[in-house]
Amino acid sequence: MESVVFIFSLIDCCALIFLSVYFIITLSDLECDYINARSCCSKLNKWVVPEVIGHAVVTVLMLISLHWFIFLLNLPVATWNIYRYIMVPSGNMGVFDPTEIHNRGQLKSHMKEAMIKLGFHLLCFFMYLYSMILALIND
Amino acid sequence: KKTSLNIVNIQQTTTQLALGGPVCPVQNWMQFPSGYGSHPPNYSAPSGHYSQVPNKAAASHLDNQYRASYYPTYYSSPAQNVMTPSVGTSVLNTQESQQLYNKTPHTVGSAEGPVQGAISSASYLHTSAQQSYSAFGNHYSTSVSSSVASQGFPLNSDHYAMPVVSSAVYPNVSYPPAAPGSVYGQAFTSQSLPVVGQVKETNKFSSQSTSVPHSLQQHVPVGYNTTLSTTSSAQSVQDNLCSNLTRSVAKVNNQINTGGIDSSQPVHSESQSVSFTKPGAGTSASSAVISSVRTPAPSLSSQPRSSPSVPQSPELALQEGMQFGGYVNNQASSAPAPLSSSSDDEEEDEEDEEAAIDSSSTTSSASPVLNNYDALEGGGYPETRSVTSSPVPAPSVPQTSKASKPFGYGYPTLQPGYQNAAAPTPVQPSNPGHHPGLQHYPQQYPGVNQLTSSIGGLSLQHSQQPESLRPVNLTQDRNILPVSSVPAPVPNLNSDLRKLNCSPDSFRCTLTNIPQTQALLNKAKLPLGLLLHPFRDLTQLPVITTSTIVRCRSCRTYINPFVSFIDQRRWKCNLCYRVNDVPEEFMYNPLTRSYGEPHKRPEVQNSTVELIASSDYMLRPPQPAVYLFVLDVSHNAVEAGYLTIVCQSLLENLDKLPGDSRTRIGFITFDSTVQFYNLQEGLSQPQMLIVSDIDDIFLPTPDSLLVNLHESKELIKDLLNALPNMFTNTRETHSALGPALQAAFKLMSPTGGRISVFQTQLPSLGAGLLHSREDPNQRSSTKVVQHLGPATDFYKKLALDCSGQQTAVDLFLLSSQYSDLASLACVSKYSAGCIYYYPSFHHSHNPAQAEKLQKDLKRYLTRKIGFEAVMRIRCTKGLSIHTFHGNFFVRSTDLLSLANVNPDAGFAVQMSIEESLTDTSLVCFQTALLYTSSKGERRIRVHTLCLPVVSSLADVYAGADVQAVVCLLANMAVDRSVSSSLADARDALVNAVVDSLAAYMSTASNLQQSMLIAPNSLKLFPLYILALLKQKAFRTGTSTRLDDRVYAMCQMKSQPLVHLMKMIHPNLYRIDKLIDESTIHVNDRVVPQPPLQKLSAEKLTREGAFLMDCGSIFYIWIGKNCDNNFIKDVLGYPNYASVPQTMTQLPEVDALSSERTRSFVSWLRDSRTLSPVLQVIKDENPAKTEFFQHLIEDRTEAAFSYYEFLLNIQQQVCK
Repeated sequence: MESVVFIFSLIDCCALIFLSVYFIITLSDLECDYINARSCCSKLNKWVVPEVIGHAVVTVLMLISLHWFIFLLNLPVATWNIYRYIMVPSGNMGVFDPTEIHNRGQLKSHMKEAMIKLGFHLLCFFMYLYSMILALIND
Repeated sequence: KKTSLNIVNIQQTTTQLALGGPVCPVQNWMQFPSGYGSHPPNYSAPSGHYSQVPNKAAASHLDNQYRASYYPTYYSSPAQNVMTPSVGTSVLNTQESQQLYNKTPHTVGSAEGPVQGAISSASYLHTSAQQSYSAFGNHYSTSVSSSVASQGFPLNSDHYAMPVVSSAVYPNVSYPPAAPGSVYGQAFTSQSLPVVGQVKETNKFSSQSTSVPHSLQQHVPVGYNTTLSTTSSAQSVQDNLCSNLTRSVAKVNNQINTGGIDSSQPVHSESQSVSFTKPGAGTSASSAVISSVRTPAPSLSSQPRSSPSVPQSPELALQEGMQFGGYVNNQASSAPAPLSSSSDDEEEDEEDEEAAIDSSSTTSSASPVLNNYDALEGGGYPETRSVTSSPVPAPSVPQTSKASKPFGYGYPTLQPGYQNAAAPTPVQPSNPGHHPGLQHYPQQYPGVNQLTSSIGGLSLQHSQQPESLRPVNLTQDRNILPVSSVPAPVPNLNSDLRKLNCSPDSFRCTLTNIPQTQALLNKAKLPLGLLLHPFRDLTQLPVITTSTIVRCRSCRTYINPFVSFIDQRRWKCNLCYRVNDVPEEFMYNPLTRSYGEPHKRPEVQNSTVELIASSDYMLRPPQPAVYLFVLDVSHNAVEAGYLTIVCQSLLENLDKLPGDSRTRIGFITFDSTVQFYNLQEGLSQPQMLIVSDIDDIFLPTPDSLLVNLHESKELIKDLLNALPNMFTNTRETHSALGPALQAAFKLMSPTGGRISVFQTQLPSLGAGLLHSREDPNQRSSTKVVQHLGPATDFYKKLALDCSGQQTAVDLFLLSSQYSDLASLACVSKYSAGCIYYYPSFHHSHNPAQAEKLQKDLKRYLTRKIGFEAVMRIRCTKGLSIHTFHGNFFVRSTDLLSLANVNPDAGFAVQMSIEESLTDTSLVCFQTALLYTSSKGERRIRVHTLCLPVVSSLADVYAGADVQAVVCLLANMAVDRSVSSSLADARDALVNAVVDSLAAYMSTASNLQQSMLIAPNSLKLFPLYILALLKQKAFRTGTSTRLDDRVYAMCQMKSQPLVHLMKMIHPNLYRIDKLIDESTIHVNDRVVPQPPLQKLSAEKLTREGAFLMDCGSIFYIWIGKNCDNNFIKDVLGYPNYASVPQTMTQLPEVDALSSERTRSFVSWLRDSRTLSPVLQVIKDENPAKTEFFQHLIEDRTEAAFSYYEFLLNIQQQVCK
């Protein structure tokens, strides 16, 4: 059972890693002016909710399967994701707003955030991998 | 799906067809804002500007030391490091060059003015007088420093030394007969006129200059060959006009013809001469002089300011006239150049970064033929008035001369002081005399304590503390307000660079001394940023047609005056430091008709130029001017009665709408349905098409809704005449703004253009409907102000769609109730539109607003417009743009997409220092605005600003531009209040003062810590911040409607600095004793110059009458015991009691005081683009509160008085 949990988490984590990479690539495209702010933001905004859900699912799963350490590790990031999504002002077009993204260094902070998330997901990936193997062996 | 499409023929009961009269559409441009005609670009100025080059060159050894010679002064007294005249030889250089300058005035007198001007002067362009002038002013000051006294031209040197005496005055006085021709020009040209005789410099330039006259005539035929026929019409007119001005008419003719490319000028000159019509030296001269006397009066302090104003002064006509002939000549000689030059251009990037549109590229007719256009568009706008047009009418300072005097006076009176100041300093050539002069000034002119700031800016030596750093004890020094307006500080550059630098009116930096590192900037606690007014109406603008637009290969910077030429074939980019080749074509200088002088090309001699772009800069053929009007016709709108005003204004200005023969226009009205108007040519009547399916809006007949203005003019007039009465009985109260905008977008998307939306209430139907969010009880809350941001993203999305299709939406909100401007404004904000708001508008109940709408509309409809524009801001490597403020969409890191650009739009950017600037002594900023003119021409307007880098905190403070700082802070505070909260924003504003003053006081160790000390450059900082805190946008505790607040915020983001400053800190004048005030002369009118009063009720005496200039509105407050003579003469009523409550105009009474008052008011009005409404306020008037709210130094229930505010700051500083 535990192995199933971790296999799922691993897959989910892979998806999140890909997503982070996609965010980074798209944002750096915008930085280099290969892409319009408008299309960049609409591309990214599409994936904000899947990311939130994907991460929330793993977190909840960890809570249910009583892996406290991993749950607590995931919790802040998941909370931040949800908070960010909820706190978007009513007039904005999503977490990434084309009219704001070039202002106040937002682009850079988004970039930084995506980088941190990538690192975090990579860490999680190996953790899940290890746990999965451990679980499989135990089984 | 019930798609109902009712077609209704508009029943026109009245026969209003005849009204319009025959109109010849083609002539539109001729009648273009009538004001244009009266705006006299100064030709001579440019000539001076250009010609100066030769001089400079004269001192230079071309081959060696290119750079050094090119900027002689630069070398000797490196501006960057301020003092230390470095190399001996180079010093010599400088001297020579300065000698030249000094002498020139004489030579002008003797030499044939016009011809000379012509020869040396450039141009096939009109330089912006302003710029050159300001440079000019600076130049003086510096020349003082080094050479003046030593050169043995006492008169001149004095003159130079002390800008107090206007250049204009001076020449007249000293060189009575001969000089007048060159009056100013000379001053200006003085540097330039390559007078060989006097300065025995046998280098090729001087020789060249002498020879040119001959060559001129020889060349004329050549010029002919290249003539474009189009010019001829302009010429003939011009000829007539100029004939008296120019020496040899015939010659002029010939040469004009050659104009071809630069034809813009001839036209210009035409308009100019027309307006003046006083070629005669005598009268105009006097008036000019007088005005100028006053103008420069603020003397040193206002140098930067005053200088720009001078050149604009219409009275310059004189000089212009004289120089004119020469000018034209120049053209002749220069004209062939661009044509002849050809080939071998470095190919432009195919993918032009600045091309704005998404369609495929095609070439189109961006031919340089549109002369008239050039003249009109490129050049004068009505407000070209000298003194007035300079946004800060600073220059005119009453203090110097009391009462208007014949100009001659000004000089003598000043002179003694002058001479004293300069004379006693027998400067050794090697030792700039600046320093001694410095000390003397303050003594000489004790009243002028603002002198100081500019001197500080100039200070070439730090041995003495610059004046802008002089500590001011804020709590003790109560009279910190300058007599006239606050001048912009002058960057501490050497004279050559300063001369070339961009005018502070279009381009200003908060810190004119750029800190070397971000750490230093952080320490200074002042924001670093730029305030731009890039599309400002300019009196003069060099328009350059060239087949190769020279740009840096790597960063795409346009070549500008601050690049360095490594040798003749290579130049080094001043932004990225890449070395580029000089293209073959650029080697040829059309001005001097010589080869191998790339550094004398107009692009390198002007920091503001306009280039005619080739097809490389287009992604599609330039669009025609397209105007769509979207009008609210619901019951509320009809009740307010704005339709009549709008239609009437449109009817009046239909012929003046900027555009060409392709101009298109359309109308949409909406209530709960959307009505389109078929105006296709051939119909007998306009046809109304009603679409009631607002959920899925569509265009009933897409082809015939936007029609050619000229082909369907009669139908359009019919419609405009009929519209106001068509909906009088409507019972429809809903407003489907969203669907109407969607329809408008669909209609405009194939072409792009301008949508003008008139809305009178909260949109209540269809997409984008809004709900009332304002809680009236919270209006005066001191705690949280909510709903400053938009409620929905509908309008933002729509704006971005529009922006993508090159369509801008301008919003006119005329409402009496809450209409959620915060949401609606988005539609304009992100599509680069503009926003107008008329609270409680009613055509009869609120005549002031109605009048304002009328005036705004007139300006709005006739002002210049640029379509499908993009603006890129580049800066020296190491700096980067942090945040943009204004109405636009930021498309990439440094590229702003502006669907439309208008002359009243201002922008701000915050910068950050990414890398240390230690290895450079200068930084440059360049904005390039690429736009399609209303005549379908692709143009690039380039501004370049150059600033020194400093490494010490004190220097950073010395260069602080307090107005720019405050405007940038206002922009930042708006962002903060939307994204965070109003309280945060207010705290941030206060902290900005506290932090910066604390940081300053910690640097100056000798100061007493118990006092609140500010550097002179920042002495107005607390006052302005307090004014901001009491501004509608940021105030708390005073009842403020949400829409009012949001509108004030919108204005802060989109107004240019000059207008914004008036909004923040209005000017108060006492006007009941204008007869006693000193005066200036503008356009033959005597304009009194009352001093600025503090914005405090203590200044309002009951015996007086006061005028408050708030930018968009003038209040005239009359005290209870005001002199009855004043009331009778100026207001036209027998006594105080009989003055009506609603009075918006000053009657024309035949009395001196009335005349003076009116001329003062109209002078104030002329200085801005929107003509403000005037409101007379008596004691018990309801508008009184409005008036008193502007008295920001006083205490209110909710806010500190100025003194309290200072104490509060002091407390926090000392903490």
